[in-house]
Amino acid sequence: MSEATYAVELRDLRKSFGKTEIIRGTSLAVKAGERVAIIGPNGAGKSTLFNLISGRFGPTSGEIHLRGERIDGRAPYEIARRGLARSFQVSNLFTRLSVFENVRCAVLWAMGYRYAFWRFLADLKDANDRAEQVLRMIKLERRRNHLAMNLTYAEQRALEIGITIAGGADVVLLDEPTAGMSRSETSRFVELIREITVGKTLLTVEHDMGVVFGLADKIAVLVYGEVIAFDTPDAVRANPRVQEAYLGSVLGQGH
Amino acid sequence: MPTTSEHLTRRDWLVWLGFAALLAVAPMVWRTSFAQTMLSQVGIAIIACLAYNMLLGQGGMLSFGHAVYSGLGSFIAIHALNLAAAGKLGIPVSLMPLVGGLAGLFFAAILGYVTTKKSGTTFAMITLGVGELVASMSLMIPEFFGGEGGIQGNRVFGQPVLGINFGPQIQVYYLIALYCFVSTAAMYAVTRTPLGRILNAVRDNPERVEFIGYSTQHVRYLAFMISGFFSGIAGGLGALNYEIVTSEVVGAARSGGYLLFVFLGGATFFFGPILGAVLLVIALVLLSELTKAWLLYLGIVFLIMVMYAPGGLASLIMMNLRVAAFGKLKRLWRHYIPLTLAGLIALTGAAAMIEMVYHLQLNQALGPSMQFLGLTLDASGAPSWLAALAVFVVGVALFEWVRRGFGREWNRIQDEIAVEIARREAA
Repeated sequence: MSEATYAVELRDLRKSFGKTEIIRGTSLAVKAGERVAIIGPNGAGKSTLFNLISGRFGPTSGEIHLRGERIDGRAPYEIARRGLARSFQVSNLFTRLSVFENVRCAVLWAMGYRYAFWRFLADLKDANDRAEQVLRMIKLERRRNHLAMNLTYAEQRALEIGITIAGGADVVLLDEPTAGMSRSETSRFVELIREITVGKTLLTVEHDMGVVFGLADKIAVLVYGEVIAFDTPDAVRANPRVQEAYLGSVLGQGH
Repeated sequence: MPTTSEHLTRRDWLVWLGFAALLAVAPMVWRTSFAQTMLSQVGIAIIACLAYNMLLGQGGMLSFGHAVYSGLGSFIAIHALNLAAAGKLGIPVSLMPLVGGLAGLFFAAILGYVTTKKSGTTFAMITLGVGELVASMSLMIPEFFGGEGGIQGNRVFGQPVLGINFGPQIQVYYLIALYCFVSTAAMYAVTRTPLGRILNAVRDNPERVEFIGYSTQHVRYLAFMISGFFSGIAGGLGALNYEIVTSEVVGAARSGGYLLFVFLGGATFFFGPILGAVLLVIALVLLSELTKAWLLYLGIVFLIMVMYAPGGLASLIMMNLRVAAFGKLKRLWRHYIPLTLAGLIALTGAAAMIEMVYHLQLNQALGPSMQFLGLTLDASGAPSWLAALAVFVVGVALFEWVRRGFGREWNRIQDEIAVEIARREAA
């Protein structure tokens, strides 16, 4: 790895819950600026992988590197401060705060305001401008002052993404961003994801193969805790092992 | 695009001006020494309840032991007062509440470091444990806590400054009022800062906060210390006000009182605890004079509020203000009056029975007859019981009947408001 360090690198990562090993020696190296989709059957360990990278769980063994720095075993907030943000499969919002406040909370740390209790939020022009900008990006300006819990499902998903990208992290993990959306909502949402992740490294877990092949530069196929393929979409589609293990059933005929 | 300014509006300034004026004018309107005593207690309770709500309402931390910080603030302040009176400490009386505040901050920094490591139920359990620990220590270390008799002090010593020596209660009241206003403003200010908002975020969803760069533990710890500081100020004022501090100020009953009345006032709004503080003093001073069963009544009120108005008094007021803002409050008045009357009838019946039970238990020596609202009841006779029961049942039935009509009207109004809001947004 003498060439530029990877944005995210997993080395022989393992995670067990009790006697069950969910992640079984996963290695993966994602270059900066790549959009990587992680696919695989239910129970393959995709969400667990995200939870390990973002610090929700510590790995049983193995290493996780973020831009060359080891982050495994660190707390989520330490990893977030190093420029890695994630979204959740089930919307994970600040339900009793307004849409604007949700986004602004996610901006504050990155803007350096931290735990300040001697400055008024109203005076933090850069943080407020950034929050308004994110609201426009996720197209929720009109819902600005609504409580997060009163949003529609699709709006909550958009806000979930907004919170994730608001801090300006350059490594973004999206866990099933389009789950539960209608077809038209999904295609609009893919556009949105593409727009807001320009120049960023993106890892996404996704079940919708249309989304996967439309969005990803590379695809990692995870089956029973192991990456069985990591390549361009075309190469992955042609890979017989992938066909056999997973894609054959999902993709079926003629995508 | 509907944006709301976050800077204080002219209306906000008027509210604060009104609050200051109220604190200033109150003892001129109610001139009796009893009123001064009560107002002083209200001022102290406002600070304590607001400080408590920084944890409960703002941060979602349910503390069962917050009297520890106001109480230890009281003890340190009264010791400081005695040292100053003896000429060993050069701190003026007017700054003693600040000594209490720093003590509250100090103990919150030490004990809170342990407490705020956890959240939710674990947090609540640890506060309970710490509360019990300090309460039992207060009996074990009489040198500091003064044992059964407590620690006495004297706030009047040295030369008066500008004619003020804090001898008369009215001078103490204005000192309390000043601290009350400044503390309230400061705690309100905190709600509008990055820490204040992240504290709300921790309340709503601690897990997500960790993924946007914040250590929830650190947020809780900072809030706990700020809360401890203001609690300590309340404690220091209490020491000046009563000139005696006993071990009950760190006790579980006091801690429970904060929780109960902040909840009754309304934890979800900033001003809710202020209402709670007023209720607290009314209950403690007036209700307890009126009846021996006051704790029972308090419990019943608490139960009813938890079940039917979990947002407390503040949320009831805000809901009605919302209705008023849409010009529909008039339609509710013709329900509120009969509701109140029916409620009072039911209360009268219930109170008669409760008082008869208490009379039988506590005043047996005086015989079975007792006075209740100008009537003579025979606590051991069936007619009195049947009459009280009848009044109670009639009251409850009436209340339920009126309530149904009210509920329908209320829902109709809420629907109309929802339609109105949708119309305005579409425009």
